[in-house]
Amino acid sequence: MISRFGSYLFLMFKVFRKPDKLRVYRKQLILEIYNLGIESLGITAIISIFMGAVVAIQTAYNIDSPLIPLSMIGFTVRQSVILEFSPTIISLILAGKVGSRIASEIGTMRVTEQIDALDIMGINSSNFLIFPKVSAAILINPVLIIISMGFGLMGGYFVAIFTNLFSTHDYIIGVKSWFEAYTIFYAIMKTIVFAMLITSISGFEGYVVKGGAVEVGAASTRAVVWSSIMIILFNLILTQLLLS
Amino acid sequence: MIEAKNISKSFGDNLVLKNVSVKFEKGKSNLIIGQSGSGKTVLMKCLIGLFEVDKGNIYFDDRDFSQMSFNERKNIRKELGMLFQGGALFDSMTVEDNIMFPLTMYTDQTMEEKKERVNFCLDWVNLENANRLYPAELSGGMIKRVAIARAISMNPQYLFCDEPNSGLDPQTAGVIDELIQRLTQEFQMTTVVNTHDMNSVIKIGDTISFIYKGELWWEGDKEHIMDTDNKELNDFVFATELTKRLK
Ligand SMILES: Nc1ncnc2c1ncn2[C@@H]1O[C@H](COP(=O)(O)OP(=O)(O)OP(=O)(O)O)[C@@H](O)[C@H]1O
Ligand SMILES: [Mg+2]
Repeated sequence: MISRFGSYLFLMFKVFRKPDKLRVYRKQLILEIYNLGIESLGITAIISIFMGAVVAIQTAYNIDSPLIPLSMIGFTVRQSVILEFSPTIISLILAGKVGSRIASEIGTMRVTEQIDALDIMGINSSNFLIFPKVSAAILINPVLIIISMGFGLMGGYFVAIFTNLFSTHDYIIGVKSWFEAYTIFYAIMKTIVFAMLITSISGFEGYVVKGGAVEVGAASTRAVVWSSIMIILFNLILTQLLLS
Repeated sequence: MIEAKNISKSFGDNLVLKNVSVKFEKGKSNLIIGQSGSGKTVLMKCLIGLFEVDKGNIYFDDRDFSQMSFNERKNIRKELGMLFQGGALFDSMTVEDNIMFPLTMYTDQTMEEKKERVNFCLDWVNLENANRLYPAELSGGMIKRVAIARAISMNPQYLFCDEPNSGLDPQTAGVIDELIQRLTQEFQMTTVVNTHDMNSVIKIGDTISFIYKGELWWEGDKEHIMDTDNKELNDFVFATELTKRLK
């Protein structure tokens, strides 16, 4: 496992280089932003709405003292969505969606010798295949997370509309109170690190596949598992670093 | 001319190439033949640097390829084309984009110039009008031909073909052989072909290197391969009913 980590670092060393041809890179970048980002908008929106709604209902359920104002609900939804649910949960979902896609795409190119074909043309294949995906995710994932925050807050608002647990007025007041811009910064920092982890780990898993279709499948599973584990680990590290 | 001097290559304990020295000449189809598992593909991948050799040197017209860094190799890589066993076309791209790809990466040609070159290459392999198709829409023989077109798009001096006609019917295989032969002569390329198809050997084998269990066992050409007294070579050549009857 340690040698695998070594080869991961070694590969990343080759990935993070200036692309051979910037015009081609720009085209790939736009394509990957579409593939990895825009295509994930739907699932992000749905999950976020439900997340926000559930947090709102749970908080309302927990407030049983009349001394605690109902605006606490909006406040709690906002804090949990920004600090944890959007950056971490959505990144975990993306690890599943984007990670398996990247690993199987690159893995298939490996077993069908398409990567060898790039190599013998003298192209730095790891940079050519993985770098656009990493940079696209770094650019687009923060956007997805901000959108997710919006939908999460909307989820809580829907609860206010469709139930009589609390009023939309209380909710809005809560959402607006004691807001610190730093929390957004923290969330975006996390998201960027997670984006790098997902794309680089999955890219690595696909790139080093040996064998055939079965191994490509296994690589794509490993990509999801390892990206998720690393997200959870780095979530702890970054939270300790940035919030304490 | 390409020359390999005393190259050895092993994977773990498995010594696949044992001190192989061989020359491939310009303007000729140089064939590497041998049984399945004898080390043909490994030899070819060593020649083009997809595998690093454990020992020995590889020269492309006196330039020592085996000692070069990635960036130094780039110059030679631009001069070589390779036809992989399975074609290895980029399946996210159309036929046209596949052939255009090396041009886009390495030249500053305009779209028009590139299109012209693409059509020229497609013409060579008799696939006019296949520009818009995707690799998944091609037959096995067409894939090989597009792969050849991509290999020659940069006008290479060196052409490598790994089993160019495996999995094709004898007639289509013959067409591919002829194509490789004509390209080699017309553009005076140094062509190296891996094969275990005796038809190709007899048809295009200007020089033939027989690899047996990782060693260079016999060298010669198509005129001499049928009448040697090398036992292992004879076993290989006269393995099929058809060739046995010829004897
Ligand atoms: N990447 C690799 N790792 C380990 N061993 C390998 C690798 N590639 C090839 N080998 C071993 O090298 C030996 C020669 O294989 P090679 O692919 O060169 O055979 P070949 O002559 O091309 O056969 P075929 O005609 O079937 O293509 C085999 O024993 C194979 O197991
Ligand atoms: Mg082979």
